[in-house]
Amino acid sequence: MHADWHTFWPKVVDATGETVYMVLVTLALSALLGTGVGLALHTTRKGGLLPSRLVHTVLNALINVIRPVPFIIAIVALSPVTRSVVGTMIGTDAAVFPMVVVATFGVARIVETNLLTVEPGVIEAARSMGAGPLRIVVTVLIPEALGPLVLGFTFVLVALIDFSAVAGTVGGGGVGNLAMTYGYLRFDTSVMAVSVAVLIVLVQIAQLLGNLLARKVLRR
Amino acid sequence: MIELRDVAKTYPGAGRGAKPFTAVEDVSLTVAAGRVLGIVGHSGAGKSTLLRLVNHLEVPTSGRVLVDGRDLGALDGRELRAVRRSIGMVFQQFNLFRSRTVLGNVAYPLRLAGVSRAGARARATEVLRFVGLEEQARRHPEQLSGGQRQRVGIARALATSPGVLLCDEATSALDPHTTGEVLDLLRRVNTELGVTIVLVTHEMDVVRALCDEVAVMSGGRLVEHGDVYDVFARPRHPVTEVFVRSALRDLPGDAARERLRARHPGRLVTVPVTRDAAASARLSRLLRAHGVDFTVAHAGVGEVRGAPLGSVTLALHGEDADVDAFLAGLTAREAARDATEDAPHGATREEAHGKAVA
Ligand SMILES: Nc1ncnc2c1ncn2[C@@H]1O[C@H](COP(=O)(O)OP(=O)(O)O)[C@@H](O)[C@H]1O
Ligand SMILES: [Mg+2]
Repeated sequence: MHADWHTFWPKVVDATGETVYMVLVTLALSALLGTGVGLALHTTRKGGLLPSRLVHTVLNALINVIRPVPFIIAIVALSPVTRSVVGTMIGTDAAVFPMVVVATFGVARIVETNLLTVEPGVIEAARSMGAGPLRIVVTVLIPEALGPLVLGFTFVLVALIDFSAVAGTVGGGGVGNLAMTYGYLRFDTSVMAVSVAVLIVLVQIAQLLGNLLARKVLRR
Repeated sequence: MIELRDVAKTYPGAGRGAKPFTAVEDVSLTVAAGRVLGIVGHSGAGKSTLLRLVNHLEVPTSGRVLVDGRDLGALDGRELRAVRRSIGMVFQQFNLFRSRTVLGNVAYPLRLAGVSRAGARARATEVLRFVGLEEQARRHPEQLSGGQRQRVGIARALATSPGVLLCDEATSALDPHTTGEVLDLLRRVNTELGVTIVLVTHEMDVVRALCDEVAVMSGGRLVEHGDVYDVFARPRHPVTEVFVRSALRDLPGDAARERLRARHPGRLVTVPVTRDAAASARLSRLLRAHGVDFTVAHAGVGEVRGAPLGSVTLALHGEDADVDAFLAGLTAREAARDATEDAPHGATREEAHGKAVA
């Protein structure tokens, strides 16, 4: 059985819209939260701006526990929490929740790693000029690491498109859901092909925008 | 004025079970306003740590740091940051902000100090003019040469018109020519702006070119401190001696000494040359009085703070008795002179038979 393309195209458009929504909302939230955790990790490390062994160890352990969990398992494991926070376990918003949780810790590690590329000497220079810790984070640490940070966020964005498709297959909506319900369950290879094509195009756009932005920041 | 009173810095050992390490121990040092002090020492001697104590980038484990009479240890975070604005700092690796233009780098400390955007721009442009980089204002640090980058570093450190400039190996990443340019600039900073400079280096040539005073560190301690000419002329500590040797190179080395002896069968004598002009007149008179001639076998005389310093090795010609009498007269004078005046590395010595007369 094949889909009726007249009624099908609007579904593709809707599903693409849902995917973009899930990815962008997740990116915004996880960027915010993950950057916070990443900054906390960086500043509390030994010799950092506000060293705290306790905070650093706890955050580090948390990331190390959450990151290796495969996303599909995380969705299932988090589903009780998802239900109590979002109110439902299906649909785009229900998919966004586990995506944000997992992405936050991924972003945290990426942010921490990229902040480490900032030479300690530059931070020391700012300290010698009388800059306080918060000031240094905002005016030195982040601007100096911005190029690699943009590339790191691009990586996250691409990974989120992947995540959204996975979430879609288990009731999360978007292109993943489309591929599952029409392509897989109804054995429609052309719908599967369209879904894959949409995902490829989305990834290409994300990568292209990220590269352009990084190039601008890095002046290369 | 900078005053360090019995400061010490002990770092907790890195990692579990590692022993604490004392990088600076019992250092007391005063630098009067307007002076240029050079701190020399081998790598790991504690120079950078000592310098970082001055603006409390490193808080001393014990002892006190006073800048213009204010005890930095008694200040809260905000007050300390304000004091830091009156102390500029320059680094070996420049430590410029790559995310900012040259102008942005120099304007940064002004913005920290609460100067308006326009005011910071104007002042930054003025400082860039002082260091000769006005034209480069819009460029980014990576587009500049090493020497230009360090001049930006100096401009940034001077932006808030500090009374003190701390330089940690400011020329160590530069080639000799560029080093000269940066040293010239630092000299202008001192003479034209009246800024007190404390400069850490492992190059005695830098001290000789720029400093009024020199302090020598070894194993975290201050082993010598004095007027640059005095320390060059009369180093007291073995480490100081090594550093002075590296810059003065006035005495023939062991191999050269062997060659000199082979070439000059007569007696050799090495005499100091100092800013005491009368000394060479005395030498000349003594040679004439005893009828002794000489040829110059080796000479190393340089300038330290505008005055000559070094030594010459003379091969003496004459009757043995006359040469003996001359050497006796020379040694007697040296012994008398020694207590009161400059004499590099001790005093006159006779090189023949490897015997030191002094
Ligand atoms: N943050 C630190 N923690 C532990 N040891 C340090 C630290 N900074 C410096 N040291 C040690 O203190 C000693 C002196 O270092 P430093 O002041 O940088 O010497 P210098 O500048 O004379 O080469 C060195 O042995 C160095 O390893
Ligand atoms: Mg050093």
